[in-house]
Amino acid sequence: MSEDLAKPGWKQIPIAGVPFKKATEYHTGDWRTFKPVIDQSKCTKCLTCWIFCPDDSIVWDGNTVQVDYRYCKGCGICAEMCPVKAITMVKEE
Amino acid sequence: MSWINLRELAKKRSLFTSGHRLCAGCAAGIIGRLVMHSVPDPKHVVVVHATGCWEVAGTIFPYTAWAVPWIHNAFENAAATASGVELAFKALKDKGVVKKVPDIIVFGGDGGTVDIGLQSLSGAIERGHNFLYVLYDNNAYMNTGIQRSGATPRYAWTTTSQVGKVIPGKLEARKPIANIIAAHGNAYVATASPAYWRDLMEKARKGIEYKGPAFIHAISPCCRGWRFPPNMTIRVAKLAVETCAFPLWEYDPETREYKLSPPSLAIAKNPKLKKPIEEYLKLQGRFAHLFKPEKREDLIARIQEDVDKEWNQLLELCGIT
Ligand code: SF4
Ligand code: SF4
Repeated sequence: MSEDLAKPGWKQIPIAGVPFKKATEYHTGDWRTFKPVIDQSKCTKCLTCWIFCPDDSIVWDGNTVQVDYRYCKGCGICAEMCPVKAITMVKEE
Repeated sequence: MSWINLRELAKKRSLFTSGHRLCAGCAAGIIGRLVMHSVPDPKHVVVVHATGCWEVAGTIFPYTAWAVPWIHNAFENAAATASGVELAFKALKDKGVVKKVPDIIVFGGDGGTVDIGLQSLSGAIERGHNFLYVLYDNNAYMNTGIQRSGATPRYAWTTTSQVGKVIPGKLEARKPIANIIAAHGNAYVATASPAYWRDLMEKARKGIEYKGPAFIHAISPCCRGWRFPPNMTIRVAKLAVETCAFPLWEYDPETREYKLSPPSLAIAKNPKLKKPIEEYLKLQGRFAHLFKPEKREDLIARIQEDVDKEWNQLLELCGIT
Protein backbone atom coordinates (compact mmCIF):
# COMPACT_ATOMS: atom_id res chain seq x y z
CA MET A 1 0.00 0.00 0.00
CA SER A 2 2.70 2.45 0.99
CA GLU A 3 4.29 2.35 -2.50
CA ASP A 4 0.93 3.22 -4.07
CA LEU A 5 0.69 6.11 -1.71
CA ALA A 6 4.02 7.59 -2.67
CA LYS A 7 2.44 9.13 -5.77
CA PRO A 8 -1.29 8.86 -5.33
CA GLY A 9 -3.52 9.61 -8.26
CA TRP A 10 -7.21 10.08 -7.59
CA LYS A 11 -7.90 6.54 -8.71
CA GLN A 12 -5.71 5.17 -5.95
CA ILE A 13 -7.52 6.96 -3.18
CA PRO A 14 -9.95 4.57 -1.47
CA ILE A 15 -13.64 5.25 -2.01
CA ALA A 16 -15.24 7.56 0.55
CA GLY A 17 -11.91 8.38 2.15
CA VAL A 18 -11.38 5.12 4.01
CA PRO A 19 -8.33 5.41 6.26
CA PHE A 20 -6.50 2.14 5.68
CA LYS A 21 -3.33 2.36 7.72
CA LYS A 22 -3.05 1.61 11.40
CA ALA A 23 -2.36 4.67 13.53
CA THR A 24 0.13 2.52 15.43
CA GLU A 25 2.40 2.95 12.40
CA TYR A 26 2.50 6.64 13.27
CA HIS A 27 4.73 7.31 16.26
CA THR A 28 3.57 10.24 18.37
CA GLY A 29 6.49 9.83 20.79
CA ASP A 30 8.44 12.61 19.09
CA TRP A 31 5.92 15.17 20.39
CA ARG A 32 7.42 14.71 23.83
CA THR A 33 9.35 17.36 25.79
CA PHE A 34 9.39 15.46 29.09
CA LYS A 35 9.48 11.72 29.37
CA PRO A 36 7.99 9.65 32.20
CA VAL A 37 10.49 7.35 33.90
CA ILE A 38 9.16 4.66 36.23
CA ASP A 39 11.17 3.78 39.32
CA GLN A 40 10.55 0.03 39.36
CA SER A 41 11.62 -0.24 43.00
CA LYS A 42 8.79 2.09 44.03
CA CYS A 43 6.09 0.83 41.63
CA THR A 44 3.37 -1.18 43.38
CA LYS A 45 1.82 -2.29 40.07
CA CYS A 46 -1.48 -0.67 40.95
CA LEU A 47 -1.96 0.24 37.25
CA THR A 48 -3.37 3.69 37.97
CA CYS A 49 -1.06 5.03 35.27
CA TRP A 50 -2.42 2.46 32.81
CA ILE A 51 -6.00 3.57 33.48
CA PHE A 52 -5.37 7.25 32.86
CA CYS A 53 -2.87 7.27 29.98
CA PRO A 54 -4.72 8.87 27.04
CA ASP A 55 -2.33 7.27 24.57
CA ASP A 56 -2.43 3.64 25.69
CA SER A 57 1.30 4.00 26.28
CA ILE A 58 1.57 2.21 29.61
CA VAL A 59 2.19 -1.46 29.02
CA TRP A 60 1.48 -4.20 31.56
CA ASP A 61 2.71 -7.65 30.70
CA GLY A 62 1.54 -9.27 33.91
CA ASN A 63 4.89 -8.62 35.57
CA THR A 64 6.12 -5.07 35.13
CA VAL A 65 4.70 -1.71 34.19
CA GLN A 66 6.52 -0.01 31.34
CA VAL A 67 6.18 3.01 29.09
CA ASP A 68 5.87 2.57 25.34
CA TYR A 69 7.98 5.55 24.27
CA ARG A 70 7.00 5.14 20.63
CA TYR A 71 3.64 6.75 21.46
CA CYS A 72 3.92 8.48 24.87
CA LYS A 73 3.34 12.22 24.32
CA GLY A 74 4.74 13.20 27.71
CA CYS A 75 1.55 14.67 29.12
CA GLY A 76 2.57 13.75 32.67
CA ILE A 77 -0.84 12.47 33.80
CA CYS A 78 0.71 9.15 34.86
CA ALA A 79 3.29 10.92 37.05
CA GLU A 80 0.64 13.23 38.54
CA MET A 81 -1.74 10.37 39.40
CA CYS A 82 0.71 7.67 40.55
CA PRO A 83 -0.23 7.19 44.20
CA VAL A 84 3.34 6.42 45.33
CA LYS A 85 5.13 8.96 43.11
CA ALA A 86 7.05 6.25 41.28
CA ILE A 87 7.10 8.24 38.02
CA THR A 88 9.29 11.27 37.35
CA MET A 89 9.12 13.47 34.28
CA VAL A 90 12.61 13.89 32.85
CA LYS A 91 13.45 16.47 30.18
CA GLU A 92 14.22 14.90 26.79
CA GLU A 93 17.73 15.55 25.50
CA MET B 1 -17.74 -9.31 41.74
CA SER B 2 -17.48 -6.71 39.14
CA TRP B 3 -16.41 -7.73 35.65
CA ILE B 4 -13.58 -5.22 35.92
CA ASN B 5 -10.38 -7.03 36.83
CA LEU B 6 -7.65 -4.47 36.30
CA ARG B 7 -4.70 -6.84 36.15
CA GLU B 8 -6.36 -8.87 33.39
CA LEU B 9 -7.88 -5.91 31.56
CA ALA B 10 -4.55 -4.06 31.41
CA LYS B 11 -2.97 -6.90 29.46
CA LYS B 12 -5.19 -5.94 26.53
CA ARG B 13 -4.35 -3.08 24.20
CA SER B 14 -7.11 -0.60 23.54
CA LEU B 15 -9.48 -0.80 20.58
CA PHE B 16 -8.82 2.94 20.30
CA THR B 17 -5.12 2.56 19.69
CA SER B 18 -1.94 4.50 20.27
CA GLY B 19 -0.82 6.74 17.45
CA HIS B 20 -3.97 8.87 17.52
CA ARG B 21 -3.31 12.59 17.35
CA LEU B 22 -5.36 13.99 20.20
CA CYS B 23 -3.35 16.59 22.12
CA ALA B 24 -1.10 15.34 24.93
CA GLY B 25 -3.21 14.93 28.06
CA CYS B 26 -6.58 14.95 26.26
CA ALA B 27 -9.39 13.41 28.32
CA ALA B 28 -11.13 12.13 25.19
CA GLY B 29 -8.36 9.56 24.79
CA ILE B 30 -8.95 8.37 28.34
CA ILE B 31 -12.73 8.25 27.96
CA GLY B 32 -12.35 6.41 24.64
CA ARG B 33 -10.07 3.79 26.11
CA LEU B 34 -12.30 3.25 29.15
CA VAL B 35 -15.45 2.92 27.04
CA MET B 36 -13.80 0.61 24.52
CA HIS B 37 -12.45 -1.59 27.33
CA SER B 38 -16.08 -1.93 28.49
CA VAL B 39 -17.24 -3.48 25.21
CA PRO B 40 -18.40 -7.03 25.98
CA ASP B 41 -17.49 -8.46 22.58
CA PRO B 42 -14.73 -6.63 20.63
CA LYS B 43 -15.64 -8.59 17.49
CA HIS B 44 -19.18 -7.23 17.45
CA VAL B 45 -19.00 -3.50 17.80
CA VAL B 46 -19.34 -0.55 15.44
CA VAL B 47 -18.24 2.96 16.37
CA VAL B 48 -19.97 6.01 14.90
CA HIS B 49 -18.38 9.42 15.24
CA ALA B 50 -19.86 12.88 14.99
CA THR B 51 -17.57 15.52 13.52
CA GLY B 52 -15.25 16.96 16.12
CA CYS B 53 -11.68 17.12 17.35
CA TRP B 54 -11.64 13.47 18.36
CA GLU B 55 -13.12 12.32 15.05
CA VAL B 56 -10.36 14.17 13.21
CA ALA B 57 -7.51 13.21 15.56
CA GLY B 58 -8.50 9.55 15.50
CA THR B 59 -8.52 9.22 11.74
CA ILE B 60 -6.01 11.47 10.06
CA PHE B 61 -5.83 10.08 6.53
CA PRO B 62 -4.55 7.50 5.72
CA TYR B 63 -4.32 6.39 9.36
CA THR B 64 -7.02 5.19 11.73
CA ALA B 65 -6.69 4.60 15.45
CA TRP B 66 -9.88 2.51 15.48
CA ALA B 67 -9.29 -1.22 15.63
CA VAL B 68 -13.03 -1.77 15.03
CA PRO B 69 -15.43 -0.85 12.19
CA TRP B 70 -15.88 2.89 12.35
CA ILE B 71 -18.02 5.40 10.45
CA HIS B 72 -18.09 9.17 10.34
CA ASN B 73 -20.82 11.04 8.55
CA ALA B 74 -21.38 14.67 9.54
CA PHE B 75 -21.68 17.02 12.47
CA GLU B 76 -25.45 16.91 12.76
CA ASN B 77 -26.32 13.31 12.12
CA ALA B 78 -24.24 10.92 14.23
CA ALA B 79 -27.33 9.50 15.94
CA ALA B 80 -29.18 9.23 12.62
CA THR B 81 -26.18 7.40 11.16
CA ALA B 82 -26.19 5.03 14.14
CA SER B 83 -29.92 4.39 13.55
CA GLY B 84 -29.12 3.47 9.96
CA VAL B 85 -26.28 1.19 11.01
CA GLU B 86 -28.61 -0.63 13.38
CA LEU B 87 -31.34 -1.06 10.77
CA ALA B 88 -28.86 -2.18 8.11
CA PHE B 89 -27.52 -4.90 10.41
CA LYS B 90 -31.07 -5.94 11.31
CA ALA B 91 -31.86 -6.34 7.61
CA LEU B 92 -28.65 -8.32 7.05
CA LYS B 93 -29.56 -10.52 9.98
CA ASP B 94 -33.04 -11.16 8.59
CA LYS B 95 -31.43 -12.20 5.31
CA GLY B 96 -29.07 -14.52 7.14
CA VAL B 97 -25.93 -12.62 6.13
CA VAL B 98 -24.87 -11.86 9.71
CA LYS B 99 -25.67 -13.75 12.88
CA LYS B 100 -26.15 -10.82 15.19
CA VAL B 101 -26.52 -7.08 15.27
CA PRO B 102 -23.34 -5.55 16.75
CA ASP B 103 -23.21 -3.18 19.69
CA ILE B 104 -23.23 0.37 18.38
CA ILE B 105 -21.36 3.13 20.19
CA VAL B 106 -21.54 6.75 19.12
CA PHE B 107 -19.03 9.37 20.23
CA GLY B 108 -19.87 13.03 19.86
CA GLY B 109 -18.51 16.23 21.34
CA ASP B 110 -20.64 18.94 22.90
CA GLY B 111 -20.84 20.91 19.65
CA GLY B 112 -22.05 17.82 17.79
CA THR B 113 -24.41 16.75 20.55
CA VAL B 114 -25.67 19.67 22.60
CA ASP B 115 -26.02 22.01 19.62
CA ILE B 116 -25.76 20.73 16.07
CA GLY B 117 -26.78 17.09 16.45
CA LEU B 118 -29.48 17.54 19.08
CA GLN B 119 -32.47 17.04 16.80
CA SER B 120 -31.16 13.86 15.18
CA LEU B 121 -30.20 12.52 18.61
CA SER B 122 -33.62 13.33 20.02
CA GLY B 123 -35.25 11.63 17.04
CA ALA B 124 -33.11 8.50 17.33
CA ILE B 125 -33.91 8.23 21.03
CA GLU B 126 -37.61 8.72 20.47
CA ARG B 127 -37.54 5.95 17.83
CA GLY B 128 -35.92 3.72 20.43
CA HIS B 129 -32.82 2.60 18.50
CA ASN B 130 -30.41 0.39 20.35
CA PHE B 131 -27.13 2.26 20.77
CA LEU B 132 -24.93 3.89 23.36
CA TYR B 133 -24.25 7.56 22.70
CA VAL B 134 -21.26 8.95 24.57
CA LEU B 135 -21.01 12.72 24.75
CA TYR B 136 -17.47 13.77 25.57
CA ASP B 137 -18.07 17.28 26.77
CA ASN B 138 -15.07 19.60 26.55
CA ASN B 139 -17.32 22.63 26.90
CA ALA B 140 -16.65 24.30 23.53
CA TYR B 141 -15.92 23.84 19.83
CA MET B 142 -12.33 22.82 20.36
CA ASN B 143 -11.72 21.40 16.89
CA THR B 144 -12.13 24.77 15.23
CA GLY B 145 -10.36 26.73 17.97
CA ILE B 146 -12.28 27.08 21.23
CA GLN B 147 -15.58 28.70 20.22
CA ARG B 148 -18.41 28.81 22.76
CA SER B 149 -21.04 26.08 22.62
CA GLY B 150 -24.32 25.35 24.40
CA ALA B 151 -22.24 23.41 26.92
CA THR B 152 -19.81 26.22 27.78
CA PRO B 153 -20.31 27.22 31.41
CA ARG B 154 -21.06 30.77 32.51
CA TYR B 155 -18.12 33.22 32.60
CA ALA B 156 -15.75 30.89 30.75
CA TRP B 157 -13.44 32.54 28.27
CA THR B 158 -13.66 31.25 24.70
CA THR B 159 -12.58 32.87 21.45
CA THR B 160 -16.21 33.84 20.81
CA SER B 161 -16.99 34.85 24.39
CA GLN B 162 -14.03 37.08 25.01
CA VAL B 163 -13.09 38.58 28.31
CA GLY B 164 -12.89 42.37 28.40
CA LYS B 165 -14.43 45.54 29.72
CA VAL B 166 -17.86 44.70 28.36
CA ILE B 167 -18.31 41.02 29.23
CA PRO B 168 -16.51 38.60 31.58
CA GLY B 169 -16.62 35.61 29.23
CA LYS B 170 -19.79 33.71 28.28
CA LEU B 171 -22.83 35.27 29.92
CA GLU B 172 -25.24 32.39 29.56
CA ALA B 173 -25.56 29.16 31.52
CA ARG B 174 -24.93 25.77 29.91
CA LYS B 175 -27.72 23.53 28.60
CA PRO B 176 -28.65 20.66 30.94
CA ILE B 177 -28.17 18.11 28.18
CA ALA B 178 -28.30 14.92 30.28
CA ASN B 179 -31.60 16.05 31.83
CA ILE B 180 -32.94 16.87 28.38
CA ILE B 181 -32.13 13.34 27.19
CA ALA B 182 -33.51 11.80 30.39
CA ALA B 183 -36.75 13.73 29.81
CA HIS B 184 -37.35 11.53 26.75
CA GLY B 185 -38.20 8.85 29.33
CA ASN B 186 -37.05 5.79 27.36
CA ALA B 187 -33.27 6.05 27.54
CA TYR B 188 -30.72 4.92 30.08
CA VAL B 189 -28.87 8.13 30.98
CA ALA B 190 -25.78 8.65 33.10
CA THR B 191 -23.16 11.29 33.75
CA ALA B 192 -19.54 10.24 34.18
CA SER B 193 -16.07 11.56 34.81
CA PRO B 194 -12.89 9.78 33.68
CA ALA B 195 -11.46 10.46 37.16
CA TYR B 196 -14.00 7.94 38.46
CA TRP B 197 -12.97 5.37 35.90
CA ARG B 198 -14.67 2.35 37.42
CA ASP B 199 -17.98 4.19 37.62
CA LEU B 200 -17.56 5.29 33.99
CA MET B 201 -16.80 1.75 32.80
CA GLU B 202 -19.73 0.25 34.66
CA LYS B 203 -22.05 2.85 33.17
CA ALA B 204 -20.63 2.23 29.68
CA ARG B 205 -21.25 -1.52 30.03
CA LYS B 206 -24.77 -0.87 31.33
CA GLY B 207 -25.47 1.47 28.43
CA ILE B 208 -24.20 -1.02 25.88
CA GLU B 209 -26.25 -3.83 27.38
CA TYR B 210 -29.43 -1.79 27.76
CA LYS B 211 -31.88 -2.80 25.03
CA GLY B 212 -32.71 0.62 23.73
CA PRO B 213 -31.09 4.02 23.58
CA ALA B 214 -28.45 4.89 26.17
CA PHE B 215 -26.68 8.19 26.72
CA ILE B 216 -23.59 8.96 28.77
CA HIS B 217 -22.58 12.54 29.39
CA ALA B 218 -18.86 12.43 30.21
CA ILE B 219 -16.93 15.49 31.25
CA SER B 220 -13.80 15.78 29.13
CA PRO B 221 -11.35 18.41 30.43
CA CYS B 222 -9.42 19.99 27.54
CA CYS B 223 -6.01 21.35 28.50
CA ARG B 224 -5.73 23.60 25.44
CA GLY B 225 -9.19 25.10 25.65
CA TRP B 226 -9.57 25.25 29.42
CA ARG B 227 -6.00 26.47 29.83
CA PHE B 228 -4.45 24.10 32.36
CA PRO B 229 -1.24 22.04 32.15
CA PRO B 230 -1.78 18.66 30.45
CA ASN B 231 -0.85 16.62 33.52
CA MET B 232 -3.85 18.07 35.43
CA THR B 233 -6.61 16.55 33.28
CA ILE B 234 -7.73 13.97 35.82
CA ARG B 235 -7.38 16.37 38.76
CA VAL B 236 -9.73 18.78 36.97
CA ALA B 237 -12.15 15.95 36.10
CA LYS B 238 -12.18 14.97 39.78
CA LEU B 239 -12.71 18.50 41.10
CA ALA B 240 -15.67 18.92 38.75
CA VAL B 241 -17.37 16.14 40.70
CA GLU B 242 -16.12 17.16 44.14
CA THR B 243 -17.45 20.70 43.71
CA CYS B 244 -20.76 19.42 42.27
CA ALA B 245 -20.16 21.40 39.07
CA PHE B 246 -20.57 18.02 37.39
CA PRO B 247 -22.41 15.60 39.71
CA LEU B 248 -22.55 11.90 38.86
CA TRP B 249 -25.95 10.28 38.50
CA GLU B 250 -28.00 7.75 36.54
CA TYR B 251 -31.52 7.69 35.17
CA ASP B 252 -33.27 4.35 34.93
CA PRO B 253 -35.93 4.38 32.20
CA GLU B 254 -37.67 1.32 33.63
CA THR B 255 -38.39 2.82 37.03
CA ARG B 256 -38.16 6.40 35.75
CA GLU B 257 -35.94 7.19 38.69
CA TYR B 258 -32.85 9.34 39.10
CA LYS B 259 -30.09 7.96 41.32
CA LEU B 260 -26.89 9.59 42.54
CA SER B 261 -23.72 7.60 41.86
CA PRO B 262 -21.43 6.79 44.81
CA PRO B 263 -19.00 9.78 44.60
CA SER B 264 -21.88 12.29 44.51
CA LEU B 265 -24.02 10.31 46.95
CA ALA B 266 -21.22 10.62 49.50
CA ILE B 267 -21.42 14.41 49.14
CA ALA B 268 -25.22 14.37 49.45
CA LYS B 269 -24.93 12.40 52.67
CA ASN B 270 -22.16 14.57 54.06
CA PRO B 271 -22.48 18.09 52.60
CA LYS B 272 -19.21 19.09 54.27
CA LEU B 273 -17.43 17.16 51.53
CA LYS B 274 -18.76 19.57 48.88
CA LYS B 275 -15.80 21.72 47.85
CA PRO B 276 -16.27 25.39 46.93
CA ILE B 277 -16.48 26.00 43.16
CA GLU B 278 -13.46 28.28 43.42
CA GLU B 279 -11.18 25.25 43.72
CA TYR B 280 -12.36 24.02 40.33
CA LEU B 281 -12.24 27.45 38.69
CA LYS B 282 -8.80 28.51 39.85
CA LEU B 283 -7.07 25.57 38.14
CA GLN B 284 -8.26 26.77 34.75
CA GLY B 285 -6.94 29.69 32.75
CA ARG B 286 -10.32 30.16 31.06
CA PHE B 287 -11.51 31.49 34.43
CA ALA B 288 -8.33 33.45 35.22
CA HIS B 289 -10.18 36.77 34.86
CA LEU B 290 -12.23 35.85 37.96
CA PHE B 291 -9.05 35.99 40.04
CA LYS B 292 -6.91 38.73 38.50
CA PRO B 293 -6.20 41.60 38.23
CA GLU B 294 -8.69 41.61 41.11
CA LYS B 295 -10.75 38.82 42.56
CA ARG B 296 -14.33 39.02 41.28
CA GLU B 297 -16.16 37.65 44.30
CA ASP B 298 -19.48 38.68 42.72
CA LEU B 299 -18.95 36.54 39.62
CA ILE B 300 -17.62 33.56 41.57
CA ALA B 301 -20.65 33.82 43.87
CA ARG B 302 -22.92 33.78 40.82
CA ILE B 303 -21.29 30.58 39.55
CA GLN B 304 -21.59 29.02 43.02
CA GLU B 305 -25.27 29.97 42.99
CA ASP B 306 -25.74 28.18 39.64
CA VAL B 307 -23.98 25.09 40.97
CA ASP B 308 -26.00 25.04 44.19
CA LYS B 309 -29.28 25.50 42.37
CA GLU B 310 -28.59 22.65 39.95
CA TRP B 311 -27.29 20.42 42.73
CA ASN B 312 -30.39 21.00 44.86
CA GLN B 313 -32.62 20.31 41.88
CA LEU B 314 -30.75 17.06 41.31
CA LEU B 315 -31.09 16.06 44.96
CA GLU B 316 -34.82 16.61 44.63
CA LEU B 317 -34.97 14.49 41.47
CA CYS B 318 -33.11 11.75 43.34
CA GLY B 319 -35.55 11.95 46.22
CA ILE B 320 -32.98 13.29 48.66
CA THR B 321 -34.13 16.28 50.64
S1 SF4 C 1 0.66 4.34 39.01
FE1 SF4 C 1 2.74 4.26 39.87
S2 SF4 C 1 2.70 2.53 41.33
FE2 SF4 C 1 0.89 2.35 40.02
S3 SF4 C 1 1.55 0.96 38.36
FE3 SF4 C 1 1.89 3.06 37.65
S4 SF4 C 1 4.02 3.53 38.19
FE4 SF4 C 1 3.41 1.72 39.35
S1 SF4 D 1 3.26 10.91 30.02
FE1 SF4 D 1 1.11 10.82 29.31
S2 SF4 D 1 1.24 9.75 27.34
FE2 SF4 D 1 3.15 9.33 28.41
S3 SF4 D 1 2.79 7.40 29.47
FE3 SF4 D 1 2.33 9.07 30.94
S4 SF4 D 1 0.11 9.36 30.72
FE4 SF4 D 1 0.80 8.20 28.90
